[in-house]
Amino acid sequence: MTALQKTGGPTAEPTPEPEPDPALPSRSPTPQRRQVPRGRARSLLLASVLVGALPALALLSAGIGAYEIPIGDVLGSVQHRLGLGGQALDRTAESVLWNIRLPRVVLAVLVGASLGCAGALMQGVFGNPLAEPGVIGISSGAAVGAVGAIVLGLAFAGTWTVTVCAFAGGLVTVVLVYAMSRSGGRTEVVTLILTGIAVTAFAGALIGLFVFFADTAQISQITFWQLGSLAQATWPKVLAVLPCAALGLLLAPLFARRLDLLALGERPARHLGVDVERLRAALILLVALLTAAAVAVSGIVTFVGLVVPHVLRMANGPGHRFLVPGSALGGAVALTAGDLAARTLAAPAELPLGVLTALVGSPFFFWLLRRTRRKQGGWA
Amino acid sequence: MTRTAVTRTAPARTAPARAVLPRIAPRRRPRELPAPVPPGGLVAEAAGLRVVLGRRAVLDGVTVGVRAGEVLALVGPNGAGKSTLLAALAADLAPTAGEVRIGGRAASGWTAGELALRRAVLPQSAELSFPFPVAEVVRMGRAPWAGTARTDEDAAAVAEALAATETAGFAGRPFSALSGGERARVALARVLAQRTGLLLLDEPTAALDLRHQELVLHVCRERAAAGAAVVVVLHDLGLAAAHADRIAVLHGGRIAAAGPPAEVLDAEVLSEVYRRPVEVFPHPRTGAPLVLPVRGSLGPREPAVPTRDRNPDNSPRLTAP
Repeated sequence: MTALQKTGGPTAEPTPEPEPDPALPSRSPTPQRRQVPRGRARSLLLASVLVGALPALALLSAGIGAYEIPIGDVLGSVQHRLGLGGQALDRTAESVLWNIRLPRVVLAVLVGASLGCAGALMQGVFGNPLAEPGVIGISSGAAVGAVGAIVLGLAFAGTWTVTVCAFAGGLVTVVLVYAMSRSGGRTEVVTLILTGIAVTAFAGALIGLFVFFADTAQISQITFWQLGSLAQATWPKVLAVLPCAALGLLLAPLFARRLDLLALGERPARHLGVDVERLRAALILLVALLTAAAVAVSGIVTFVGLVVPHVLRMANGPGHRFLVPGSALGGAVALTAGDLAARTLAAPAELPLGVLTALVGSPFFFWLLRRTRRKQGGWA
Repeated sequence: MTRTAVTRTAPARTAPARAVLPRIAPRRRPRELPAPVPPGGLVAEAAGLRVVLGRRAVLDGVTVGVRAGEVLALVGPNGAGKSTLLAALAADLAPTAGEVRIGGRAASGWTAGELALRRAVLPQSAELSFPFPVAEVVRMGRAPWAGTARTDEDAAAVAEALAATETAGFAGRPFSALSGGERARVALARVLAQRTGLLLLDEPTAALDLRHQELVLHVCRERAAAGAAVVVVLHDLGLAAAHADRIAVLHGGRIAAAGPPAEVLDAEVLSEVYRRPVEVFPHPRTGAPLVLPVRGSLGPREPAVPTRDRNPDNSPRLTAP
């Protein structure tokens, strides 16, 4: 046997050959110390741009349309109603502004924020940048719930019935997609997309079935779902989604830190103290909540939840503490702008919002697919 | 040695920190901070461990412990159960029979958050879903300490881990832009930044070049010297012999041999375990055991025979560096 100077003692010194100087070099925290403020400054800049853009766009959207209302008048009327001075407009203008434009703008903000936020959360949970409520079929699932409620004439929860059914449909779909597309703690891109196709196809069939049994009035209502639009915005509708959206949007940022850790994978996240099972359940509920809120009032509006988090990630890195609230804000901005475009581009006719977002979003999705594929060296 | 000192002062100032705690992760009971373990104290142990995955007993009757201040190497052929044992010690999987104790308590008795303060785990492959910058990835290792007094150490722990793994140079680059070996070192840096009393490393040297293999095991030794217990899965028996205090050889879900390298690295045992004749001889200068497969006239499948008896003419190799 060999002669060994090293014994098992805990204080035994490692004496292999002369070490190639792995002695810790001067510990210089300079690289990341310089990095953090720069990153933070960028987040701040982005956040302030978004925060500034949202009210500006909202005002613009409230003023522009078939019946023009100067922005000064919009501000005046809002001030007047809030009791902060300003003055009311004439009856028509006041009615257009408060019964048609403003509910629509508020709804656009709520729906956009919900979709953007849901997209960011979902990409975090799946650990996959291609996850999006519309792409993987969650929106379709929620639409099945909503359409079902319309056709079957359900009214068990008053004005909230459609929202509740959309939520139930969305929840079932998320769980289904999640369960089917995961294996070994990972979600492969191909599996995810294929599962989305399957789920969307099935949801489409269910919607078709409902359409088959629907009367004419219901059919026009259903068509509106499938195209996605904010044209039928009213204050009661705003109230119907507000709780869902607000709850989801307020809770979402609480999970940001843990979503960062989840990017390492499930096991490593658990090793860092994340209760992964609970986190996953909570986030899935949250995604269903937000998606249902959006789908219940606007129908299927796709790609907002895909494009917005992606653009923000490219601009400011993948940290979820910025990404989650940022995507909500960005989604609101995107959808307010999108709705404004949908109303004005083909005036006096109106483009369906869902068609517009898909028109812009699909090429982006395509580009993203190509890029992801290149990075992974083809689909395995 | 400074790290031991830190470990000892930590539990002192927990009360004010608890106020911030629920914000990070709501918990039912306050987290118990780890108590320092004196050198030589048992940090983690598996007793009569049996793990059945599918229908196969991957581990069967494994009893092993790791003490503060030592580096324990787990070696063995592919499929011997090394990673499973490591996962069991990490409390990743529930044993079919037997028990894993960490910090003197059954592993199932800790919450995920408490375990994260006690053990850090380096997985076999480092993955990241989103292109976080390297410094950010390493900082994730500090997440378990959020809300405790030891958040003060965050910056220092991250800087030290980056320096120890020689990754500080690309701290600002996105993780996805790194090579395999660089990723492995960044993953190790994250584990080191966690500053736990128990380190469980699954093949930390697999993707590394010669220099960095030595570097990583040197870091293990340093951590052990500072009072941590280190369990490391290795394939390179030479590395294990040079750097580990004890080696456990796994074979078919059981521990075939365990003890100091000089005792465990026996040609007969290894030849049988690896189903390949190997020879063990002392390094000409340091005397540390070197393990090499017998090459030359012998086929790989030949029955294992103690090499030193059969191959007396093999002496030239003894003088090779």
